[in-house]
Amino acid sequence: MAKILMCGNEVIGEAAVHAGCTFYAGYPITPQNELTHYMSFRMQEAGGTFIQAESELAAINLVLGASAAGARAMTSSSSPGISLKQEGISYMAACQLPAVIVNMMRGGPGLGNIAPSQADYFQATRGGGHGDYRTMVLAPSTVEEAWNLTQLAFDLADEYRNPVMILGDGILGQMMEPVEVVRRHLNGRNAVSSHKPWALTGCKGRKPNVVRSLFLGEGELEELNRIMQMKYNKIKSKEPRFESLYTEDSDLVVVAYGTTSRIVRSAISKARHEHLHVGMFRPVTLWPFPEAQLQKLARKSKAFLVVEMSAGQMLDDVKLSILGQRPIHFHGRAGGGVPTEEAIIEAIKDILKPKSRKRVYA
Amino acid sequence: MKKVFERPASLRAVPTHYCSGCGHSIVHRLVCEVIDELGIREDVIAVCPVGCAVIAYEYWDFDCSEAPHGRTPCVATGIKRVHPDKVVFSYQGDGDLAAIGTAEIIHTANRGENITVFFINNGVYGMTNGQMAPTTLIGQKTSTSIHGRDITRDGYPMKMSELLSQLPGAKYIERVSVDNPANVLKTRAAIKKALKCQMEGKGFSLVEILSPCPTYWGLSPKDACRRIEDEMSKAFPLGVIKDA
Repeated sequence: MAKILMCGNEVIGEAAVHAGCTFYAGYPITPQNELTHYMSFRMQEAGGTFIQAESELAAINLVLGASAAGARAMTSSSSPGISLKQEGISYMAACQLPAVIVNMMRGGPGLGNIAPSQADYFQATRGGGHGDYRTMVLAPSTVEEAWNLTQLAFDLADEYRNPVMILGDGILGQMMEPVEVVRRHLNGRNAVSSHKPWALTGCKGRKPNVVRSLFLGEGELEELNRIMQMKYNKIKSKEPRFESLYTEDSDLVVVAYGTTSRIVRSAISKARHEHLHVGMFRPVTLWPFPEAQLQKLARKSKAFLVVEMSAGQMLDDVKLSILGQRPIHFHGRAGGGVPTEEAIIEAIKDILKPKSRKRVYA
Repeated sequence: MKKVFERPASLRAVPTHYCSGCGHSIVHRLVCEVIDELGIREDVIAVCPVGCAVIAYEYWDFDCSEAPHGRTPCVATGIKRVHPDKVVFSYQGDGDLAAIGTAEIIHTANRGENITVFFINNGVYGMTNGQMAPTTLIGQKTSTSIHGRDITRDGYPMKMSELLSQLPGAKYIERVSVDNPANVLKTRAAIKKALKCQMEGKGFSLVEILSPCPTYWGLSPKDACRRIEDEMSKAFPLGVIKDA
């Protein structure tokens, strides 16, 4: 099948349709608008529902309702809008409702700017709203990967009955790349997840279903939390995904995800031409973070360098994985700044050849 | 012997948690009576609000969802769009509908969503200790207006039904009360009319129900009902506001 050119935002929309998403609600915000535009006509063509909501609060709660009714549902936004959605995401996690939420991150805090950023990592991976919960977070680095991960997101959301976030940024959302748009065959996962006995469909022939997150009875809420943590532990053991590049012979491993990993990939390729033993570890799932897989690399690699479009957020997860066994360096830019290939190569050289250089990274 | 009064099949046989003289119990029952009469128990999906009525699903024997405070009509809309053949209603208090969820109810009505809203107006936040609501009467004492609602500080009681009736998407809006047996019967008729409006695919319907809260009005159940007639229904006149 021929490849076509599509931007990341649109590909996520098409992938959602192919994954069986029949409900989308959104609210305008840059840099994710192409996705809302796309869904406004594509949902109609596909026989689904599109609602341009009055706010991000409304959009996430429309999705909550559609999900409670058993539909595969999605919303999308960018950083400030995702902050507003956190109320609904917490409720959905507590109600054990699946949904896919797309965050095309922009510079922050506050209204920030519309430049690419990775500064919502903490918010995405630590829960984001109130209470003890997590959302699974998938971080595509190419348009093609966005196609695959969006479909996976719907499967994971249904399987674990939990919201899943696609975390990208303005570059990924708006950049066009060739992609093979194919309808994915139903696999075992789909077959299991299409059966939703908990959904609100009218109580014909069964006892009434209730979707709730209020538990006032003694010990009831603690029990819900116990069940949720069991689920999260299962996710942590089964679902980490990552890519590693040249890590088998690397003295230094650069850890980066999403758009940043593309710059790192090209920096590494140049550094290896200069005979520098450097590789890359790219988490594809940010939660669950591929902790054990990164941990293994600490046995043979001498040091780690984390590169992010933030003041250092994934850095914490790398530290929690390496547990002080190796030095961990950081290179990042916050507020919409994008690390350059040159700066990353400089940082790599500072670490691998500190004696021959003036500047040393601490 | 002919049975003239019984518990509706849609209403579970459980003790109430509501305070003595609270209007919620009456409205819960009326909703169930109408659902039974229309024979739609297995086709109904209700959305319960944050507030005293959050556990309405403990009483209602049909599918229900909770919703975050004020987002009740959004959750109802999401459900209805997925299941257009089901009868979907939200049940909301005045804090939920007229304060935190003002934007949501206006836009739900404006899109002409084919859902029904039962709006319980008792002029206070009952669940959180009786604070002032947007619908609190001028001069009414609450836990956040201890000297009485002052228009220079707190603004005016909001007439949500009149406000919503301006929107073309809203098809049927009526304000009723449960302060005496005659008005209870009118409330029952309005609930039925609103659900039928939805079942006929006409669009957004809302029944505002003036409802006593003796606990946070500081009155006996009997005096609370009298207050609806003497004071509340003067500020919020009863009757059909829109029937398009």
